[in-house]
Amino acid sequence: MKFLRQVFAITAKDLRSEVRSKDTVNASLSFALVILLLFSFAFDPSSDQIREIAGGLLWLVFAFAGTLILNRSFARELVNDCLDALIASPVSGAQLYLGKCIANYALLLIVETVCLPVFAVFYNVRLPRSLVLLFVVMLLGTWGITVIGTLFSAMTVNLRLRELMLPTLIYPMLIPALMGAIQLSTVLIAGDPVGADNEIWFRVLVAFDLIFTILAVGLVEIVLVG
Amino acid sequence: MSAVAIEGVWKFFGDYPALRDVSFGVDSGACLALLGRNGAGKTTLLRILAGLSRTSKGRITVLNEDARAEITRRRIGVLGHGIGVYEELSALENLLLFARLYGMENPDRTANEWLARTGLERVRDGLVREFSRGMRQRLAVARAFLHQPKLLLLDEPFTALDDRAIKVLQDLLKGALADGSTIIMSTHQLREALELATDVALINRGKLAFRGARTREMLEDPSWLYRNYGEA
Repeated sequence: MKFLRQVFAITAKDLRSEVRSKDTVNASLSFALVILLLFSFAFDPSSDQIREIAGGLLWLVFAFAGTLILNRSFARELVNDCLDALIASPVSGAQLYLGKCIANYALLLIVETVCLPVFAVFYNVRLPRSLVLLFVVMLLGTWGITVIGTLFSAMTVNLRLRELMLPTLIYPMLIPALMGAIQLSTVLIAGDPVGADNEIWFRVLVAFDLIFTILAVGLVEIVLVG
Repeated sequence: MSAVAIEGVWKFFGDYPALRDVSFGVDSGACLALLGRNGAGKTTLLRILAGLSRTSKGRITVLNEDARAEITRRRIGVLGHGIGVYEELSALENLLLFARLYGMENPDRTANEWLARTGLERVRDGLVREFSRGMRQRLAVARAFLHQPKLLLLDEPFTALDDRAIKVLQDLLKGALADGSTIIMSTHQLREALELATDVALINRGKLAFRGARTREMLEDPSWLYRNYGEA
């Protein structure tokens, strides 16, 4: 219980700071909406082609917008050397990391939830009847982006070019999770049933999330202290 | 009893040795003034003691435990160059956060008590970004002291403090010493530090140049140490 209380104290602190400043969510949301708008000019919204690439488009936007949130996650701790105060406190690296992950996850999901209906309008896509399933894919895919992104946010926090380094490092790592999320989202948006051949992507997403969560929790202490 | 034991510690940044074979101990209840020119290695040593960085070689024991052990961090108070408080949170929220992270039994009472002790109770709900520099510094002092640490690690604690914050900090440090806490502080303000110190360590280019008790002649002539043991 004490472990979780401290994790949630970090999460609450990050979310409260974001609610007051709104800088990360505003930037991420504006960026996502602009990309959605620009892509809508590039493709004919009435074509069948859009249904084939819908999942890819959506997750590209989520991944790009997500890095804006993840980049700020540890960078915001540099102001007043707050990161040192946290590391010097009796909170373990794992607690600090998980607290930040949960906050980033919530912020990313907010951005995605706003983007989804906008995407449906711009691209003339009818949101699937199995919307719940699409949300499950969003929950799994977004957790994948969050665990990798938060760990690399900690790794790159002291780099001068961290805004460039973070996406450069995380996108290749995210390929399995993004492939799974794209494949499943495309099928669901097209209104097709998730057949046995696509179930494997659910397993890929779950395995990716589990493996990288465990790895990140184990490695973050080394990342933070050396 | 030794509060801190440093044995053959080296710290490299790339090929550059910031600390070279530093060894000394600090007794419980002592106040050590860690002196040295800019770049001598004082902050590096304090960061290692605070568990913010690891040694490249050598061994450090803090309060008879590893510096990164949870039980050690629970008993250490750190006041570094940065104030370590959040701009977007109020004074109360900042102290509540750290009281919870330090596992205090009654975070609300602790936070309010320290707001009163540092004269910030009137602005408890004000956001730190709206605070003056002096108010921020007093909040930082409250943040470092609120869990009643047995070891205080202070990096340039008097630098850029206003008069009121200096008074608050000096009173708290005297109180902590009276309660048997150990203090290690790096500083360039020799007179203020030596008045409080019981012991002195001088680091010169990463090496321990002097370690001993603070003497009357140091107090009368604070630059005596640098002349005899420091760089020319």
